[in-house]
Amino acid sequence: MLSPAFLSKLRSLLPAHCVLNEREDLVPFESDGLAAYRNTPDVVVLPENEAQVAAILKLCHAEKVAVVARGAGTGLAAGALPVDGAVLLVLAKLNRIRAIDPLARTAVVEPGVRNLAISEAVAQHGLYYAPDPSSQIACSIGGNVAENSGGVHCLKYGLTVHNILKLRALTIEGELLEVGSDALDAPGYDLLALMTGSEGMLAVITEVTVKLLPRPQRAQVVLAAFDDVAQAGAAVGNIIAAGVVPAGLEMMDRLAIQAAEAFVHAGYPMAEALLLCEVDGVNEEVSDDIFTVRRVLEASGATEIRTADSEEARLKFWAGRKAAFPAVGRLAPDYYCMDGTIPRAQLPHVLRRIGEMSEEFGLRVANVFHAGDGNLHPLILFDANQPGELEKAETFGGRILELCVEVGGTITGEHGVGLEKINQMCTQFTTPELVRFHEVKAAFDPDRLLNPGKAVPELHRCAEWGAMHVHGGQLPHPELPRF
Amino acid sequence: MQDAIIERIRAAFETESPLIIQGGGSKTFYGNADEGEVLSTRTLTGVVDYQPKELVLTARAGTPLAEIEALLADSGQMLAFEPPHFGGRATLGGAIAAGLSGPRRPYAGAARDFVLGVRIVDGTGQPLRFGGQVIKNVAGYDVSRLMAGALGTLGVLTEVSLKVLPKPAAEVTLQFELNEAAAIHTMNEWAGQPLPLSATSWHAGLLAVRLSGAASAVHAAQVKLGGEQLRDADAFWQRLRDQTTPFFERRPLWRLAVKSSAPPLNLGDAQWIEWGGAVRWLARDLPVKTLRETAQTAGGHATLFRGDAPVDGVFPPLAPAMATLHRALKQRFDPRGILNRGRMYREF
Repeated sequence: MLSPAFLSKLRSLLPAHCVLNEREDLVPFESDGLAAYRNTPDVVVLPENEAQVAAILKLCHAEKVAVVARGAGTGLAAGALPVDGAVLLVLAKLNRIRAIDPLARTAVVEPGVRNLAISEAVAQHGLYYAPDPSSQIACSIGGNVAENSGGVHCLKYGLTVHNILKLRALTIEGELLEVGSDALDAPGYDLLALMTGSEGMLAVITEVTVKLLPRPQRAQVVLAAFDDVAQAGAAVGNIIAAGVVPAGLEMMDRLAIQAAEAFVHAGYPMAEALLLCEVDGVNEEVSDDIFTVRRVLEASGATEIRTADSEEARLKFWAGRKAAFPAVGRLAPDYYCMDGTIPRAQLPHVLRRIGEMSEEFGLRVANVFHAGDGNLHPLILFDANQPGELEKAETFGGRILELCVEVGGTITGEHGVGLEKINQMCTQFTTPELVRFHEVKAAFDPDRLLNPGKAVPELHRCAEWGAMHVHGGQLPHPELPRF
Repeated sequence: MQDAIIERIRAAFETESPLIIQGGGSKTFYGNADEGEVLSTRTLTGVVDYQPKELVLTARAGTPLAEIEALLADSGQMLAFEPPHFGGRATLGGAIAAGLSGPRRPYAGAARDFVLGVRIVDGTGQPLRFGGQVIKNVAGYDVSRLMAGALGTLGVLTEVSLKVLPKPAAEVTLQFELNEAAAIHTMNEWAGQPLPLSATSWHAGLLAVRLSGAASAVHAAQVKLGGEQLRDADAFWQRLRDQTTPFFERRPLWRLAVKSSAPPLNLGDAQWIEWGGAVRWLARDLPVKTLRETAQTAGGHATLFRGDAPVDGVFPPLAPAMATLHRALKQRFDPRGILNRGRMYREF
């Protein structure tokens, strides 16, 4: 609990409407997009400018009070979950677009600006901001930087880290950092890369300079059905080997196709796997690429291939994929979305193992796959009202993530670690690597006041979790110290 | 092979003896003078894994870039950041540690953008692995990209995984006679249009623009833009990448990285512009203060790329808060300051 003395100091820094600590005002901030994790914050502050953010941080630093930064609250890994005794710092009111430079193709925005709002604001110049996480209507750019968000187009256009130039950020001491530059690089260490994806653990972002790209002249999508998941997976590699870098390359398995079809009637053929391959760019290049993609899909054993011949048809092809999560949500009272990435060649093996585990746990799984970049989203179906099912789903999900690491992948492709995947960090990294992560944090925040307990597990946590978590009589990491 | 490097660093850590990390030695001119004995990575060679269908290549740090590029070319792929070789036996580790990129950089991305994972040995002799072999990965801080451009001061790279891309099917370079201001404007204007740009250069009144992509797309853009087709264009861009034209033999050679649309800097004629206007090479002896301030006003920074280092070092001094963070990170990765001591900033 925060002391009344601290709360009154906090109130002295901000207008009255910017500090919330009545129970009913706090409830909306209990969780982020991962609602299974909830904790009522002690106090919520909503500063309206950078100076107020700095004042809050200075006070918290002086009083050794922890701070959890939050953007739009759409994160999927409980990264913005309130921490007991901490201030929840909501940056949603810093939502101005400060400058747009059409010639240099940059925009300077505050962290609370929504991802899609940037593209909308620059559309008149024929430009857009490329990273497009599925939550782009709601998610804010500050959160995108904190999570290094991707989207369906990141094989070709990159992640957030590839599409930003400069940050203004405040340390826990309230000191301003200017990271990156208006040029294409900056002197010294690449702190822009280090801070992107750092999950609010290193500093609080107050301004982002983003790069803008010219809108592609044309985008076209091809849909292909397969009666075997492995064949669909091989087709993805064949498209890339043919020299095409698709703008989007998505795959769905049978259960996901059925759910999507029942929900939005996109006209999908029933199949074991469906591929959606979008190419974009200059008009002539799109024509060439569509020809190549169709030829490769045929040679790879597709049972049916359709090309969207109008914008309307293109949007209809995508409608099913974009509705896949809510569609799967109709199949069961709850679902749990995983976010591992694997080398694509491992897809058939990984899907077979997930299928086996699905039987073992007695829980169904629908698979939605950003096939181009290997990012797999298995959706585990369960019923939280059945005693023990949530725990079972979480255990199952954890096993999927460990499988991703085992085949050379990672526990999180785009959602972040947050609190959700903190145990699996023990699987992916060795003790010295985890220690180094803590040391990197300490270089910025020696008192560990920013988002404590998230993203990087304490070593004792790994030891305790490892002890509970024995596979076939063997501890997963015998090199870990046990204490 | 990595074991020998670990042993060597542990021994140097014990005796606090500085080490100069060296691959092919093609970039010894770059950075401040360092001190110590040479630690060579040239025995750490070989491609560990390359799956063209995954667009991922993993190789040991001492592998020559030329070898990697030849292997990629066999599968119609490339390192899209076009790392400079500087006419020497540049290695993968050196390319990533220096973090330098070639003409394609503004349109395809920088060295750091293609780094997916690294293995390093830090300044205590501890081997560590960050990132991985997959394109999307947000587990843990992005220490692998932090290594790109760190000039070996945070650890010796022993293995690097990179994203690679298909080589474009067709490339054409067009030339236009334009003055500096018009060339800068044109480069920026065209980059805002859906054109398959892949490199730009302006020097002595000539703007060169490279187009890359499907043959049909390159042809359409060529028709649209006009200009005169440059013959032997591959050699032209390679000379620019490796700085083997006479312009780059002059000293001092300053690199002013600025906002791409920044108007002419008015620092004299001895200038070569590339990266869509975002890099202005200047072969002229001017007061360091003038150059640093001009670059800063134009949104960027000035580095002495080749020549005798100024008193405050070749790289622009950091703001106090940034300098504090640099020292703190250096302290965690190389507590005794034995790796490339002084190469980036003289104080560490």
